[in-house]
Amino acid sequence: MRWKRFNWEPYLLLLPSTLYLILFFAWPMFQAFRLAFQADDGHLTLAYMQRMFNDVMFSKALRNTVLLITAIVPIQFILALIMALLMMERLRGSDILVYIYSIPLAISDLAAGIIWFSIFTERGYLNSLLHGLGILGKPFLFLNYQTNWPFVAIVLAEVWRATSIVFVILVAGLQSIPRDYIEAAQILGANWFQRVWRVILPLLRPSIQTALILRTILAVQVFAVVRALVGRGMTVLANEAYLWYSEYRSPHLAATYAMFILTISLATAFIYLRALRVKEEIRL
Amino acid sequence: MMRRRIGRGLIYLLAIMIALWILIPIYLITITAFSPKDVIYSWPKALFPRVISLETILFFINAQYVLDSLKNSVIVALLSLALALVIGAPAGYGLARHIFPGKDVFRLTILSTRAFPIVILSIPLAVTFMQWGLYDSLISVALLHVAMALPTTILVTSSVFIGVSKELEEAAMVFGCNRLQAFVRVALPLALPGLAASAIFTFVLSWNEVFAATILTLYNRTLPARLFIQLQASPLPFRFAGGFFILIPAITFMFFIRRYLFSLWGITLR
Repeated sequence: MRWKRFNWEPYLLLLPSTLYLILFFAWPMFQAFRLAFQADDGHLTLAYMQRMFNDVMFSKALRNTVLLITAIVPIQFILALIMALLMMERLRGSDILVYIYSIPLAISDLAAGIIWFSIFTERGYLNSLLHGLGILGKPFLFLNYQTNWPFVAIVLAEVWRATSIVFVILVAGLQSIPRDYIEAAQILGANWFQRVWRVILPLLRPSIQTALILRTILAVQVFAVVRALVGRGMTVLANEAYLWYSEYRSPHLAATYAMFILTISLATAFIYLRALRVKEEIRL
Repeated sequence: MMRRRIGRGLIYLLAIMIALWILIPIYLITITAFSPKDVIYSWPKALFPRVISLETILFFINAQYVLDSLKNSVIVALLSLALALVIGAPAGYGLARHIFPGKDVFRLTILSTRAFPIVILSIPLAVTFMQWGLYDSLISVALLHVAMALPTTILVTSSVFIGVSKELEEAAMVFGCNRLQAFVRVALPLALPGLAASAIFTFVLSWNEVFAATILTLYNRTLPARLFIQLQASPLPFRFAGGFFILIPAITFMFFIRRYLFSLWGITLR
């Protein structure tokens, strides 16, 4: 019997990507770990970690980031679900709607921040509108960070910008659900709400999982929107990492913040995977 | 019947309201960018502009460093696009055409890179690039953007090549093409639109990226990095025109890849 020749082709094709990701993805991760836990003389140390936890801005940044995530992600999920379910209604002109609903995918966080700044700023469009409606006599300082309005503005800007990614993932998931299931439920007398709750949502679980994991991880890194809207009035974790690197000139502390962001991201991914565990039998 | 019609009407109303929620802010930044400077400082603002002018946009373009940054942004985005495609597409092709030991591990590893925040790459890479003498160079920014775009490029190109039938390549080989010729003459032309969509995705990603570009550069800023560091110190017309400027190419490109939306962004962890 002749040995079948070993096929090298796939491995050769995968080699450049693998090398690249080792060099520019895995290696920097490892370096970040070293920067965070190794002092300049080579000793392992928890000093940077301690300094981060004791920093006044750390607790503020953590608090703001967590509050933003808990406000943004659920709103985005519900809005995206409504948008995705609307696409199932076979509306006239739904291809235009899909395009409009996905436009924000291409919008950067910085641009979104600037756009919403033009709305919320002192002489912005919101104040103009309220004035036009006779509600306000003179401009109200929405972005004054002693109020809760900057927070509201950031949440709106993020919901506006980043709901599309959840929408697209959910629509892709909905397309993979056989229509028979939904029609069968309808014939058996399930109303619209029951169909969504009992049939569509359980079958959509893998997509929901992906969307929530991706969105939460991106929300943990929220950065440019905050800076564009409130400047230094409010800080978040990514902003602290940026400041420690660029302004306080400490790559160690910056990397410690980055490691902390990574830890939160992986922890939330893990929680979602556990909470929304997909049982084999309902996998399509 | 009547109730049904009202219900249908409400659904349309809801769909249109969500569309307006997305479009109105874009409209507002557009009319702001095309307003003269004194209108930008005035209050209350008109929701329908009375004067249209290029004053604000020209002010932005002629501001110091802006054209340079614009050039830098285009260079970085094109470099990232080319590198991501040259490195990623072969892997996508390999995944699409072959079954081999380790394939699932590779796919899963690629997918799981999405669970790692990009913020964490920038800081150690900035330190490393400084040692390599690459700091503050456009190449360093492009290298990081490729690391961000590569996993998506691999998965998307793989689904593109799955869509190009293997039999066509085999037929070409029967007619005397070798392996490489069969790929270049048959599979590649058919895959081209999908590959272009993937390339545009990388372009938009790189064009929009702020954090890494700001960390990795000092003088050779890309446009978002330039805008970001000058934001607090710059006058309102500069900010608004800048926001409009980074918004427009992204939206335009989006229009061209709308057919590929779901294969580009809809990849689930399954």
